[in-house]
Amino acid sequence: MIPLARLLAKRLATSLIVLIGVSMLIFAIARIIPGDPARIALGPNATAEQIADLRAELHLDDHIVVQYGHFIADVARGDLGISLYTNRPVTADIALYLPATLELVLVAGVMMVGIGLPLGIWSARWRGRAADNIIRLISLLGVSAPSFVWAVILMLLFAFYLPLFPIAGRISDTYAISSVTGFLLVDTLLQGDIRAFGNAAWHIVLPAFALALSGIGQAARLTRANMVETYDKPYIEMARSYGFPARRIANHYAFRPSLIPSLTIIGLDFAAMLGNAFLVEAIFAWPGLSRYGVAVILRKDLNAIVGTVLIISATFLLVNIIVDLLIALLNPRIRYSQRPA
Amino acid sequence: MKRTLAILLANPLSLLGVVLVSVVILSAVFADFIAPFPEHRGAVVDFANFNKPPEWPYIFGTDLVGRDMFSRILYAYRISLILGIVVLAIAVPVGVTIGLVAGYLGGWTEYLLMRLTDVFLSVPPLVLAMSIMGVLQPTLANGMLAVTAMWWPWYTRLVYNITRGEKEEGYVLAAEVIGASKAHIIFREILPNCVPAIITKMTLDMGFVILIASSLSFLGLGVQPPTPDLGSMVADGAKYLPDSWWLTIFPGLAILVAVFGFNLIGDALRDILGAEQ
Repeated sequence: MIPLARLLAKRLATSLIVLIGVSMLIFAIARIIPGDPARIALGPNATAEQIADLRAELHLDDHIVVQYGHFIADVARGDLGISLYTNRPVTADIALYLPATLELVLVAGVMMVGIGLPLGIWSARWRGRAADNIIRLISLLGVSAPSFVWAVILMLLFAFYLPLFPIAGRISDTYAISSVTGFLLVDTLLQGDIRAFGNAAWHIVLPAFALALSGIGQAARLTRANMVETYDKPYIEMARSYGFPARRIANHYAFRPSLIPSLTIIGLDFAAMLGNAFLVEAIFAWPGLSRYGVAVILRKDLNAIVGTVLIISATFLLVNIIVDLLIALLNPRIRYSQRPA
Repeated sequence: MKRTLAILLANPLSLLGVVLVSVVILSAVFADFIAPFPEHRGAVVDFANFNKPPEWPYIFGTDLVGRDMFSRILYAYRISLILGIVVLAIAVPVGVTIGLVAGYLGGWTEYLLMRLTDVFLSVPPLVLAMSIMGVLQPTLANGMLAVTAMWWPWYTRLVYNITRGEKEEGYVLAAEVIGASKAHIIFREILPNCVPAIITKMTLDMGFVILIASSLSFLGLGVQPPTPDLGSMVADGAKYLPDSWWLTIFPGLAILVAVFGFNLIGDALRDILGAEQ
C-alpha cells in the first residue's frame, strides 16, 4: 500500500499545481473581457467617480500580475469576492446552487457506471449476436445527441405524452425540506421523510438519465471495444479451454484489462457532465448552477465567472484523483512503477 | 481504400451511416438549391405563416417569425460541418503529438506537458468553451477557437495513456536497442499503434464537435441569430413545448441524424482498421 500512499500524495500535490494553473487560465480569460466590468456592474447611470471607486475596490487599475496576487490571496482565505450580479458573496451563491447540480451529476454518474459498464460487458460477451447489435445501436444513439436533445425527447415522451414523471423542478412544493447538505436525496433521508425522498428521486430520474445517456453509451462502447480486443488474447483461449464459465471469463478475465481505459473515459465524461448539466438544467428548470453560470457569463460578472469555474474544476480534480487511484489499484504496471527504484 | 469502401457499403449499419452522412453533406453543400425558401436562413419575417405545424410547403413547420424550419436546418448543417472540420484539423495533430512526446520521453517534458493538459482537462469542456465564448465576440471563428481549445487535450490524454503502455512493449525496446531515433520510435513505431484509437475518436468527434457547438449556441453563447444554428433553434423552441413540438424536435433530430451518421461510419472504420493490424 505504500506506493499507493505515495501516489496519492503526488496526485494531491499535482492537483494543487493544476488548480493554480486553472486559476491563472480562468483569470486571464476573465481579464481580457472587452468592456469595463465596473461600468457594466454599476449600470448606465453611474457617475465617473462611482466607477473609479469600484475600480479601485476591485484592484482593476493595478497590473494584471498584482491583480492575480490579490485574487489568489483572497481565494486562499476562502473569499471569492462579491458577485456583481447578485451583490452577494460568490461563495454563498455557489453554495446555494452547486449542490443541486452535483446531485444531478452524481446520480447521472451512477447511472453511467451502473448501466454503461454492464451493457458493454454483455455486448462483448454476446459479440455478433442480436443482443450485441441492439446494445451497440442503443449506445450509439445515446452518444449521438447532446443531452438537451435527450432532455427534450424524454420530457415530451415521459412527462407530457405519458405523464409518468414530473416536468420540472427538484421536488414538489408540498414538501418543506430544510437544507442541511443541499442534496435533497440526503436531506430528505436525514429528516426521515421517505415520501419526500421518493418525490425527490422521482424528480431526478428524467434529468439525470438525459444527462447520463451519452456517458452510458460512451462507457458501453469503450468497454465493448476493449473487451472484444481482449477476447482474442491467448489467456482467454486458455480460460475457455479449461472450461471456465463464460460469465466468469467475461466479468473477471476479459473485463479487468478494459476497466482501465473505461475508467479513464468515465473520469473525463464526469467532467463533461458537470458542464452538460447546464444544458439539462435549462430544459428541466433544475435550480442548479446553470442559470447562474450563464447569467454571470452574459453579464461579464468576473468574480462569479472565475469562482464558478474554479469550484467546478476543483470538484472535477477531486473525482480525477479518485479515478487515478482506482486505475493504479487495478493496473499492476502502474502500481509497481510507483515503487522507489 | 477501395476495399475499405467495399466493406463499409456491405454492412447495413455502416451503409446507413454513409447514407446519413452523405445526406447531411449534400444538403449542406447544395442548400441553395434544395431549400424551398433559401432567403429564410437570414432575418426574414412572415407573420402570416408563423408557428405553423408541419404542412405543405413547410414540411418541418415554421418558426415563430414564419421562417421555414426545413430551409433553416439545411443551412445550419453547413455551419456545423465547417466548424467540425476546422476544429479537428487543428486539435488532432496538436493533441496527438503532445500525447506521444509526453508519453515516450517522460521526465520533465512529460510533467510539464501533462500538467498543461490537466489544466485544460480540469475545466469541464463546455464550461471552458463557455468562458471563452463569454469573453470573445460570439462569431463562427471564435466558436471554433473555443471548441478547439477544449478538444486537443482529449487526444493528448488518450494517446499518452496508450504510449505509456506501448513503450514498455518489446518492439519499442527492440527499436531502441538497434539505435532508432526518438522521432522514429515515436512516430513510426508507437503512433501506428495509436491510430485505431485516434480514428475511432476522430470519427466520433466529427459528430461530437457538431454536438458541442450546438450546445454552446443552445446556451446562447455560440453562433448568433439570424444565422441558423441547430442548438439555438432547440433553445428557442423549448419554451413552446409541448404545443409547438416541431420547433425543437426537428432541429434536435437533425443533430441526432448527423452525429449518428458519423458515429456509424466511425464504428465500422474502427473494425476495419483494427482488423488490418
